[in-house]
Amino acid sequence: MNKRKMRKKELKLVVTFHTTADAMAMEKVCKEQEVPGRLIPVPRVLSAGCGLSWCTELEKREVVSHAMENAGIEMEAMQECLV
Amino acid sequence: MIYMDNAATTMRKPKEVTEAVVQAMNSIGNAGRGATEAALSASRIIYNTRERLSRFFHAENPKQIVFTANSTESLNIAIKGTLNPGDHVITTVLEHNSVLRPLYECRDKGVELTILPSDEKGNICYEEMENAIRENTRAIICTHGSNLTGNMVDIHWVGNIAKSHGILFVVDASQTAGVFPIDVQAMNIDILCFTGHKSLLGPQGTGGMYVREGLAVRPLLCGGSGVDTYNMHHPQEMPTALEAGTLNGHGIAGLNAALKYLEETGIEEIEKKETDLMRRFYEGISQIKGVKIYGDFEAEKRCPIVTFNIADYDSSEISDELFVTYGISTRPGAHCAPLMHKALGTEKQGAVRFSFSHYNTEEEVDAAIEAVREIAAD
Repeated sequence: MNKRKMRKKELKLVVTFHTTADAMAMEKVCKEQEVPGRLIPVPRVLSAGCGLSWCTELEKREVVSHAMENAGIEMEAMQECLV
Repeated sequence: MIYMDNAATTMRKPKEVTEAVVQAMNSIGNAGRGATEAALSASRIIYNTRERLSRFFHAENPKQIVFTANSTESLNIAIKGTLNPGDHVITTVLEHNSVLRPLYECRDKGVELTILPSDEKGNICYEEMENAIRENTRAIICTHGSNLTGNMVDIHWVGNIAKSHGILFVVDASQTAGVFPIDVQAMNIDILCFTGHKSLLGPQGTGGMYVREGLAVRPLLCGGSGVDTYNMHHPQEMPTALEAGTLNGHGIAGLNAALKYLEETGIEEIEKKETDLMRRFYEGISQIKGVKIYGDFEAEKRCPIVTFNIADYDSSEISDELFVTYGISTRPGAHCAPLMHKALGTEKQGAVRFSFSHYNTEEEVDAAIEAVREIAAD
């Protein structure tokens, strides 16, 4: 059987949170405002703990920041990383 | 069977509640543990329930809603997580043991405790509450409604007093959440403790608390949080700060459906139906010879509870007769409210409690009245 290769990593914008509740609030707001992206496990390079982070395209930084600010969502950090 | 023990737990739930629990048990993973669809679906249900509760109680935001197993757990967190030796706290004789026992434990560790008495109808004197406030008073902790008499406390008034003196106000809403409107911000409530399985119509094992934004409460438990694994301490951010371990996702899914049902039905409709049934029962038994009813029935609002005794019969004997001969479920005994029974002089006899759901019918109430009439005539 041929082993499938892991997906190729791409540079993405990743937002991390202090709590799962914040991450879920983020998903809800982004869905409502049609901001693209999805929740992923926090990449190890960003945090050695576990938890959820919001992953989106690099050019969505402003849109995402705006959406969070409007909804009062508290983030831990917003960073670019290979996902 | 005619079920009239809804103050203990509402047995009949909206069918959507049961369906939601079953669906969750067949489909969801563990909330906050990974980003698979299974885990996320659990997180979404739980977050959506936080949002519903936040709206229901008018919280600042959904993060101020914490899930627990029941009111008892919420009250233990609220009491043990805010009081320190040397603090003074005010409570009332109306309280359930879920308030009193944690307070007694705190008293053993150096917290000063004032327990306000009640009058013969089971009402507290509000002026006495304000007079009891001292320099070191940290909190007023009281019920919104007595689980024994059904008498309600004017928590709006108490909240104003607490705020004007700069002390915490902790409310036990076990008997009222789901029937009577509660606005934590308008009522100046710092911590609201509620259970899911009574008038909120959710499954047993669900409950929670609202904690005012900015108020730090020491957790009762620490452990798994799904975040910040390598930190030796439990995260301090709400709601994770007060939630350790896997949440009752299946139960919370049921509570979510129950809240949706309450939103759609309107709690004012439920309050009206339950109040009408309670009044009908009260009117039906109040003139029966030998029946002694406890509580204040002249108050404009009260919980849908009618508690009474027949002559000097043991309340357990009456309750058993009601069940065996008439198929009516009620609750006798002391109802975990020792000080209220002492105040009413019913420590030995206990009392028989009827408590109504909006699912009860007038026919059921009439059958219950007839049963009490027959037993009292015996």
